[in-house]
Formats: sequence, C-alpha cells, structure tokens
Amino acid sequence: MSPEPPAEEMRKVFSRPASLNEEKFTYCPGCHHGIINRLIGEAIDELELKEETVGTAPVGCSVFLYRWFDIDVVQPAHGRVSAVATGIKRANPELTVFAYQGDGDFTSIGTGNSVHAANRGENITVFFVNNTLYGMTGGEMAPTTLLGQKTSTTPEGRNSKDFGYPLKMSEMLATLEGPTYITRQAVYDVPHIKKAKEAIKKGFRYQLQGKGYSLIELLSACPTNWGLDPVQANRHVKEKVEQVFPLGDIVDRSEER
Amino acid sequence: MSSDKLLMRGNEAIAEAALRAGCRNYFAYPITPQAELLEWMAEKMPQKEGGTFLQAESEIGAINMVFGASAAGERAMTSSSSPGISLKQEGISYLAGADLPAVIVNIMRGGPGLGNIRPSQGDYFQATRGGGHGDYRTIVLAPSTVPEAAQLTFEAFDLADKYRLPVVLLADGMIGQMMEPVSLPTPLEEKDLPEKPWAVSGAAGRSPNTVNSLALGAAELGQANERREKRYEEIKKKETREEIVGSDRPDLLLVSYGTMGRIAKSVRRLAAERGIDLALFRPITLWPFPQNRLRQLSKEVNTVLTVEMSSGQLIEDVRLSLGNEVETPFYGKSGGAVPGPGEILKEVEKYVP
Repeated sequence: MSPEPPAEEMRKVFSRPASLNEEKFTYCPGCHHGIINRLIGEAIDELELKEETVGTAPVGCSVFLYRWFDIDVVQPAHGRVSAVATGIKRANPELTVFAYQGDGDFTSIGTGNSVHAANRGENITVFFVNNTLYGMTGGEMAPTTLLGQKTSTTPEGRNSKDFGYPLKMSEMLATLEGPTYITRQAVYDVPHIKKAKEAIKKGFRYQLQGKGYSLIELLSACPTNWGLDPVQANRHVKEKVEQVFPLGDIVDRSEER
Repeated sequence: MSSDKLLMRGNEAIAEAALRAGCRNYFAYPITPQAELLEWMAEKMPQKEGGTFLQAESEIGAINMVFGASAAGERAMTSSSSPGISLKQEGISYLAGADLPAVIVNIMRGGPGLGNIRPSQGDYFQATRGGGHGDYRTIVLAPSTVPEAAQLTFEAFDLADKYRLPVVLLADGMIGQMMEPVSLPTPLEEKDLPEKPWAVSGAAGRSPNTVNSLALGAAELGQANERREKRYEEIKKKETREEIVGSDRPDLLLVSYGTMGRIAKSVRRLAAERGIDLALFRPITLWPFPQNRLRQLSKEVNTVLTVEMSSGQLIEDVRLSLGNEVETPFYGKSGGAVPGPGEILKEVEKYVP
C-alpha cells in the first residue's frame, strides 16, 4: 500500500490569486501589507474584476504593487493617489479603480487630496493601510503615531504638546456626507482577516453598483520599525493600536445611495 | 480651420481650442488671470457625453487628476497662472517621468511670490528648464496673439501624444485677457485621436500596463532618461518654430516672444519711420529654442537686442546661442509692466547710429 492518496483525490485547495503574479513580495517578515495585498487579489478574483481593474500605488513599502499585481497599475507621487484615482475613474468610469495608500500618504502629505476625493464621493475604493509610522524611510512619526510611541523622529515617544494627537482620518471623513462606506479592519488573525476581506469586497461592490466612495482602513503591523517580533507586533495591534483606532464599520450609507 | 471668426478672449479661445482638440478631461483651480479658462470649460465641456470638468481641491490635485486621466489614455489639460504652476511642478515632473502626455497652460502673472495679477514673462526659466525636479524637458509653446494661442493649444495635444510628454502653453495675462477675432480649428472626432496601447484600461486580453516613474537601478533610470533624451533630440530637429519678420541685412535684430513679440512689430513700424531697418525674431517654441535660425540671422547684424517682460530670462538662451559673436544687450521690465514701443525704440536707437 502506498502512503500517497490516489491521484484523483489530489486537489489544490490554496493557491496564489490570479490577480497576483509570481513575483515575491519584498515586505519584511510579519508585515501585514502582504496579507492585505493578497486579500485584495482574492477579492478581485472572486468578483471577476481582474480585466477591468486599475490599481494606484502609493510611495513607500507597497510602491511595487505593479510588480505584484497582475493588473494595470499606476504609480504616482507620494500623497496624490486619491487625486490620480479620481482622474482615472473620471476619464474611464467603466474601470474599477482602487487607491492603495499608507498613513503618511493618506493622512499627512496627501490629506487635502484624500479629504476632497472622499467629500466628492468619488466612485472609487480606497485601501488605507495604517501602521502608525513611515515604514520605508526608517520608521519616522506619522500623524497616526500613538502617544508615547517611540519612532526615529520621536525618540522619547510622541508627546501631544509638540506633535499633536493620533489623527483619526476615518472618523474625520465619516463626518462628511460624501463617503458611502468607511470601515476599519485588522488582519492579525484569521477571524479578522475574514472580516477584512468581506469589507474589501464590499468596497469593490459599492463601486460596481455606482454607490460611491468606500474607505477601508486596515491596521497593519510594522515589526521592523516597531522593534518587535511578528507575534509581538500582532499583539501590539490588538492591544495598543486598536485602543486608539477601534475596529468596525464607521459609516455605511449604501442604502441611501 | 472653420471659416467663421469669433471675437474671443485669449483664455476662452484656449479652452475652446482644447475642446476641439478632443480634450474631454479638464481639471483646474481658480486663479487670476486665467479664471475665464476654467469658467469656459465649466460651461462648455460636454459632461453629459462623458466629458469631465472638475474644479480640483488644489493645483496639486488638478495636475494629479490630469496624471490619472492621461494614464487612462485620455487627452487631459490643466491651466493656471504662475503661483499655481509652481505648485503643479511636482506633478509635471511625474508626468515627464511616466512619459505621459498632458497640456498645461500657464497664463503668467507678476512674481515672485504672490506678486501681482499683471502680465509678466517671469516664468521663462521655470518653463524652459523642466520646472520640477529631475532630468527632463517639456515642449514650451509661446503664442503672441489670441488666434495663435488657439492654434498652438490645438497642436499642443498632438505634440504631447506624439512624443508622450507634457507640453506647456506659456502665455501671459495680456494674451489671456485680450479679445481678438479667432478662426477656431475644426473639432476633432473620436476617430481622429491616436491609439494609446500603453494606457491603463483594464488588462483584458493583454499583459498588464504600468504607468510609473520609478526606476531603482542607476542603469535602469539612466536608460529611461536616455530614451527621453533621444526624443528631446528628435523634437529639437522637427518641432523648433520661430517667426522672422524683416530683411536679410537689418540694422538690428530684435528678439522677443509672446506679448513682447507682438509689441516688437509696432516697434518695427516706428523704427522704419526713423529710417531704421529692424528685423524681428520671435521664438514660438521656447523649448526647443530655435538657436540655429537665430545664429544664422545674427551673422548679418552687429547687435541682437532682447526685450522681455522680466528682468532677463530669454536673454540667457540668446546669449547661449550667440556667444560673443555679436553684441547681445537686454531691455526689460519686471513686476507686471509692459515695455511700450516708444521706450523700446529709444533702446534700439542706442545701438543704431
């Protein structure tokens, strides 16, 4: 008797989404960008959007979306992703357009572009990856940095007197009438990954239905710049980051749109 | 060219010419003295037929929306005036780096800083030297009349698409605001517009397209810049334009562009009354600068006088072109003043005994 099961029972149950290509991610071990990229890829596959989707990539660790996604990708200037996604979608409304932005991109240098794309209710889907600092340039403070958090530009920890408070962009944008759907999700364990994927798909679906602007904020770990191992970094998201940036839907106006 | 003439303001003629060139994506932010351009687009852009007029949140927003629309393969334009153009420079550099066509209109006003809203030619350096960061050029077209502004705007889209780069229409507040009779170009139809197989349109039945200005390796970026450099050389050969008025052996050659190029014609008439034979050289492309033609013409004169509505910017290209072979004096006014024909003639008389 062979220990191998018969060939007809062999079945591939897990593979790379068709929307991602064979290129390996360059993310650090324990970074959540890879999980998020994959979830977006799975969502594009499952909604059968691969041939009509255009992604827009930020500047930072995820700048290489065009290497990893097997779809059309535009890689514009730091902070300008929401404006560029607006231009693409307005020029060709038949496309499904997503913006992939980090916290420095979305809430600091590109704040104005982000706010106004949301306020116009642009019919795009924005993925806002919040890891509470600038990952690629060496772990500097971002608007989202937690109070007391040590970064390379707040060596004593962020204090509100000099540097203000963690910017809650999703809550801010939820005060506007423009956005249709704003949610904050995490990907540090399987239940949360499943919820995050549903939120990502919902964001795409609302765009397909012409319901307007969706923002899916995704809390992400940055073990390298946090000085933690991947397990500790996951715990940090759950125990610390979530306290400041609570998970869940912040607004869903899809019924009215 | 349609036969009927319309009396139009420069800003309006530019906007209408862009629409006739098939531009269906226009993004801008209000600033004087180009606001009429925005307003014309708001009213005339065929939005029900899929055209986009969008008043952006900022100049930076506008140029990046142009970036997106151009990446999607559409003819796209933005317009502004000097301070707003400074804000757009980041985006123009990215357009150049990503090999994206776009048309950017600068209706120049007095600077630096907030300056004033009077006509000026103070942005010559910025326009002709790329303007933003990095190794790149833009084609720079400088109209001197309203009809020419319309014609050059129309052609700017073809140039941008042909060479895949941003084209700057560099006019000033005088041309933006003045009214003249214009014969507008015949509108292009969808079928007249070039195919853009490189655009992002959803990767259906083809491998994915990327629009990107990132090239991490020195060799990779070097090669990309060299490819652009080759295109720039081709543009220099094929697209350099100038207007020359006057005899082969004049007493003096006057060099000026845009509004000053127009005033120079009045100077020429005045000079003729005094028995002075003036020839005029007006670069229409400021980049590429028509240095070969200028060099040829200068061989017949002792003096090439450059006149500008700035404290001296075009003069540097004149001197780069001519070296020390002839005298190259400069006369100009900065701050939004426009030198008049009489005062320029006095300047001419200094060099013509």
